[in-house]
Amino acid sequence: MRLWALRGLRSRRDLTGFPRRIDLAPGMTPGRPLDGPAAAAAACPTGALQVEGSASRVALDRCVHCQRCRHGEHAMRWRADIAWSHGDGTPLPRAFHHSIHVRVLDAGDCGACLAELQQLPAPQYSLHRLGIFITPSPRDADVLLVVGPVTRAMRQPLLDTYAAMPAPKRVVAVGACAASGGVFGPSFACAGGVAEVLPVDRTVPGCPPPPLAVLEALLAVMGRSLPRDGEPAP
Amino acid sequence: MTLPELLQALECDPALGAGATAGSVLALPLPATRLPHAAHVLARAPTRLAGIVCEQQDGRFALRYPFWLGAGLPWLELVTEVGAGETVPSISPRLFAADWHEREIEDLFGLTFSNHPFLGNFVLHDEIWPEQAYPMRHDFRAQDADAAPSPYQPRAMLHAEGAFLMPLGPVYGGVNEAGQFLLDTLGEDIQHCQTRLFYKYRGIEKRAEGMAAADALLLVERMNGTNAFAHALAAVQAMERAAACEVPPRAQVLRSFWAELERLRSHAATIAGLCKSTALAVPTSLAYQRVEELLRLCGAHAGHRYLFGLLSPGGLAQDLPDAAARTLATAAQAVAARLADLAEELLFDNSFIDRLEEVGLIDAKTARRYGLVGPVGRAAGHAGDLRIDQPYAAYAQCAPRPAAAEEGDNLARLRVFLAEAAESARLLPLLAAQLPAGTARGVFTPRAAAALGWSEAPAGASACFVRLRADGRIARLRLMPPAFTNWHAFHLAAEHFAYQDFPIILASFGLAMAEQDR
Ligand code: SF4
Ligand code: SF4
Repeated sequence: MRLWALRGLRSRRDLTGFPRRIDLAPGMTPGRPLDGPAAAAAACPTGALQVEGSASRVALDRCVHCQRCRHGEHAMRWRADIAWSHGDGTPLPRAFHHSIHVRVLDAGDCGACLAELQQLPAPQYSLHRLGIFITPSPRDADVLLVVGPVTRAMRQPLLDTYAAMPAPKRVVAVGACAASGGVFGPSFACAGGVAEVLPVDRTVPGCPPPPLAVLEALLAVMGRSLPRDGEPAP
Repeated sequence: MTLPELLQALECDPALGAGATAGSVLALPLPATRLPHAAHVLARAPTRLAGIVCEQQDGRFALRYPFWLGAGLPWLELVTEVGAGETVPSISPRLFAADWHEREIEDLFGLTFSNHPFLGNFVLHDEIWPEQAYPMRHDFRAQDADAAPSPYQPRAMLHAEGAFLMPLGPVYGGVNEAGQFLLDTLGEDIQHCQTRLFYKYRGIEKRAEGMAAADALLLVERMNGTNAFAHALAAVQAMERAAACEVPPRAQVLRSFWAELERLRSHAATIAGLCKSTALAVPTSLAYQRVEELLRLCGAHAGHRYLFGLLSPGGLAQDLPDAAARTLATAAQAVAARLADLAEELLFDNSFIDRLEEVGLIDAKTARRYGLVGPVGRAAGHAGDLRIDQPYAAYAQCAPRPAAAEEGDNLARLRVFLAEAAESARLLPLLAAQLPAGTARGVFTPRAAAALGWSEAPAGASACFVRLRADGRIARLRLMPPAFTNWHAFHLAAEHFAYQDFPIILASFGLAMAEQDR
């Protein structure tokens, strides 16, 4: 038997300062397009860039981080920060302020959104210190985190999982696919986003959203106010 | 076996092979009736089936069966054609690796393979899709999918006193991909495992049709976002071959560079997943910490943690300055060294080793019969690596040293993943040191043509067939990823082991369902 506990204590933690402060260490986030010339919109593959007068506006829910509007002569201005979540849903009642149980459902993601969720327990983010737990049973779940564009085969399991959760409950759509269908769009095989199937309380843009953006969305659902560097533009 | 001998055995003119070298594709047109014989010959030669490409051409269907041969030899592609309503002779009885490919074509194109052991209810689950909907046909309309489906009941394979069928998934307790395993058990041991996939079928190949090449590339990246670069590399190379487009040397070296960095991160994540499956909390944390470090290195230098948007037809969408490449290589090597330290400690932990050793067995015969690829194949004595056998990008001048094991158990797979991660870390500075000067952006002038592209993805050989229309848009995109090859045999590793071993065996395969389902 090895003394793994000791080994754990000896190792560096690199824990983020979030949520006390916004942490933007290099590589934590891909950043986001901010504003730019109207000509930038032509190359956008998903219609996330929309022309408004002489400028391009960004609908972040549809941005798939293809980086096309980052380079070249019609480049947009990018900012190395995080596109935070947004949504009209009210937070959970006060009893959930310090702890929630989350059910994760894959509705056809590409693997990168789930991979970012898998990073949440890593020492850099340490999800559990915030009182957030991934639960094995929908009966114990307060929040349903959904990734992916909702494929035909996952539509019913998604509805069943939601139905099995006790009230009060909230739904968080994570990533461009869950928000808008992303590159997969609405099609014969995909619903084109969670909102096509279930009421969504919060949406986290990004392809994939960086782990901090998911943490922020969960804290918002818990009713904990956070430092936010610039409001999102959905 | 030499190429002329092989051609002779295939009853083709041996002179056909003159001048065919590694990296070229030798097409062998033949009538469909000769397919089973050709498959019989190729199954006994050192060749590997990459997949089957089906294309609808008006009322007819063209079928291609690309096989890759060993180092120095070209690809062989059996090419045949059938009319609508004609059956295709199945090659699965002679070459079992073709089994799932034939089932997939049957489901999506409505072609019938005569003499195939089991067909139906594969990609399009019976309880969701109507019988007569064939999405890959040109006349398919979205509303065809809305007709009434048929009922489905999971079928128990084991009929014995006290036996029960345990479905696992498609929704799980943790953070897992959607897929289902139907486990027949008598209590402790899994007697029979059925892998039911395609819950994540997003219809990528269909959606790509009519798209601009560069847009289709975004879809390929998101077939498996955790191995985006490798698969997009196979696709972009197919586009470039079709368009006879020269890729600048700098882009070629950078492509290998990013591909090795992705392999390192992907293997690190597989190793982290394996730690997690054994419920060792500290090693799990330490391994995911390494993964995060690699993700941040990618994010900082490529603008994206999963390397999305880097490739573009003709080259790379963005350059990486020489100095940045060297810094990145050194930093990635440091992370790899910390991962190796952790592995060293793990391999001395008996309680960990006990869960891996002689568990999840795949023997060499199975690996060969299923044509297993990547670390899963190499850990079961089945060599083969496209970087070595059919070099692309910069691998001809910077070849990896192959990793291999014979045991085919969880531990052998872990060792191969570790060795390959270390090898990628070794290649990074070598590649960074030989970056040629010049541009990394290429010029891509599409034309109406088709070609095959390939790469060695983290999970194994990935092939992609692209047909471009005259306007440069996609007429057909066929993705043949390694997960599709390897999931085929996964159930065999799970059978006859205890139920609690299942998550560990699953993790040791390191396979993405998203990649398989497409
Ligand atoms: S990065 Fe986003 S906004 Fe920019 S072109 Fe790509 S999808 Fe459009
Ligand atoms: S949003 Fe992007 S990263 Fe997330 S599942 Fe969709 S394609 Fe993958």
